Amino acid sequence: MTALDASSNLSSTSIRNEDSRNILGQLALWTTTTDHKRIGRLFLRGGFVWLISVIGIGVVLGVERINPTSNIFSANSVVQLFSFFRTGLSLGVLAPLFIGLSIALVPLQIGAQAISYARLSLFGFYAWLIGSALVVVSIIGNGGPSGGNTKMVDAYLLGVGLAIVGVVAAAISVITTVIGARSSGLAMSEIPVFTWSALVGAAGIILTLPLHLGSVVYVAVDHHYGRLAFGGNYRIDKWIGDIFGQPQTFIYVIPALGVLAEIISVSGPKRQVIQTGGFVGIGIMSTTLIGAVTRTQHLFESTGSLSDKLTSAISYALFDVLPVFGVLIALFVSLLALKTNSLRLNPALVPSLLGVGLVFTGMLGYAVQMISSAELAGTVFEEGVFVYIGYGAVLVAIGAISHWCRELRGTSLPAGVIKGLGVAGFIAAVFASLPYYMAGFTNQAAKSVTDFENGGPHALWNSLVGAGHVLMAVVVVYFVVVVLRPARSVAATPS
Amino acid sequence: MNMVVVAPPRQSAKHQILLATTVASGTIVMLMFGMLAIWMRFRDSSPLRGSSDGAKSIRDWLPADIQIPEVAANTIMITLVMTCIIAQWAVYATHRSDSSHASLALAIVAVLGIAAINAQVAVYVQMGIGIRDGKYQTLFYSVTGTMTALLASGVVFSLVALFRALAGRLGDRQVMSAHALYWYALTVTFAAMWFIVYVQK
Repeated sequence: MTALDASSNLSSTSIRNEDSRNILGQLALWTTTTDHKRIGRLFLRGGFVWLISVIGIGVVLGVERINPTSNIFSANSVVQLFSFFRTGLSLGVLAPLFIGLSIALVPLQIGAQAISYARLSLFGFYAWLIGSALVVVSIIGNGGPSGGNTKMVDAYLLGVGLAIVGVVAAAISVITTVIGARSSGLAMSEIPVFTWSALVGAAGIILTLPLHLGSVVYVAVDHHYGRLAFGGNYRIDKWIGDIFGQPQTFIYVIPALGVLAEIISVSGPKRQVIQTGGFVGIGIMSTTLIGAVTRTQHLFESTGSLSDKLTSAISYALFDVLPVFGVLIALFVSLLALKTNSLRLNPALVPSLLGVGLVFTGMLGYAVQMISSAELAGTVFEEGVFVYIGYGAVLVAIGAISHWCRELRGTSLPAGVIKGLGVAGFIAAVFASLPYYMAGFTNQAAKSVTDFENGGPHALWNSLVGAGHVLMAVVVVYFVVVVLRPARSVAATPS
Repeated sequence: MNMVVVAPPRQSAKHQILLATTVASGTIVMLMFGMLAIWMRFRDSSPLRGSSDGAKSIRDWLPADIQIPEVAANTIMITLVMTCIIAQWAVYATHRSDSSHASLALAIVAVLGIAAINAQVAVYVQMGIGIRDGKYQTLFYSVTGTMTALLASGVVFSLVALFRALAGRLGDRQVMSAHALYWYALTVTFAAMWFIVYVQK
């Protein structure tokens, strides 16, 4: 028996044939597809829809924060907007972007005819899509964490649970493909570095998200019935907030290192060295799994006895600092490759390299945040970390789509535009997050639009953050337009 | 007309069903162990009280008026162990191309799975507690309810495997091995829950 589907491997000709179908035919083709590229693209499209709405919320919150006395939204709405931003950027954007890339690209890289259990992947997409839709509807209906509408809070928890089930189902498919559907003669030690990162990322999802699903089940049952054990709607964030925070987001972005190593290895010499650096980086970054599975924060305590300090320092180094070294190694090897004279600058390298740099800054920020004497917990510093990682990973995804666009869609993207978008996206991400790093040290509270001094540097920082989100919105929308444009021109070409 | 058939690239068959089932089993193990970890966290944070004989202090987690029906709980545990043995019998029969025994074994596994679910319902009936009655009750129904749903998924797996066996697809040894593996995972998971929820309370 085989789980393989022979109807994959679209050529550009078949893409043209597909585009020539009528709307109903296209709809049927896409909704029931078992082709790994289409399933991957469905995830990617869903992720980008989420991304645009999340950035929109980022803009709104940035505007609201410019002046602490402004009351565009009620206090309750502000809480819901923050929930939307966090839920959306992690489970709505990061997870589907990298799972989508994995589903679309892994079979091509390992010579598999298709993704294993394509229908499981498709089920994963629908579960994720329906779950995501429920999350959006419930938050709009005042049902996110701390929301006042009981039925909508239930719907929010159901949505988060469904989205997790969807991502896990797709991850099972990816793992089975890498291990079980490689072409004959391709040993595990020979698989491309992106495939390796997809495998590690999917394994991380399998090991962590079910734990969170257990919490969601508890909280959902408790909220629907007695609200006796888990504190009702006001404590939802305490019990399931880990899904949307660090280090869980590190696991979603593990494939980002694979993307960078893959792109840079085809841009210059010493392919073997670069790929080895990528493998080592991914391996070390995956130690973040320990922190995500244990679901405990490991602060570095600078007070207390020497023994206490040493104990906290060891766990802090293992849980918070070690994964950062993984990204550092990947970046270091990439920068070494850039120094060689014979480097052919791949346009996709710009967003990918800058994106991984942003992820590194975010992870480094998280390590700083875990130093208790820095007193950064509960400040906007946390939001800065989150945006660095989120937007950095988005840039890497943009780089990956640009790099593999010919395989995914049968077309290529203009090199100059991709480089420009990479630089603009980098500037946008820095604007949207760096000011929060500074504001965090002045104790500007997280998840609040009023708890800071009017005027002074805070107004400037908050304005810069708003401007960064606006620029990021422009970058993402422009990228989507650029990606969709060749498809229209191909469709117009008579076949 | 002559047709040229181009063979697709050779695919190495590496037990995909078994692999997928292994990963899925890992998922359910992580799900249930995560839930049990939260259960233990709640139990650990409950206040201490003296035992009825005053000899020791115990956690005031299980409400005094709740009696755990240990016979029914132990019955589930034993039933699941038997399920594993019978599932392995199905694998053995398949290896010997013994269609009738394989089908019989799968049918018995499905029935035993339903019996385990029935015993879980009996536990609920005998305990007579409401889900809204307190923290313990909420957590109890959540963790055992999730386990029951997983057992139901095992029964569905058995019925699908039985259907395939009856249809003559006995060559799918992987399906039988995967089926047995899934029941092993369910049994191990239930064993952990049985010890923490029903024995240690």
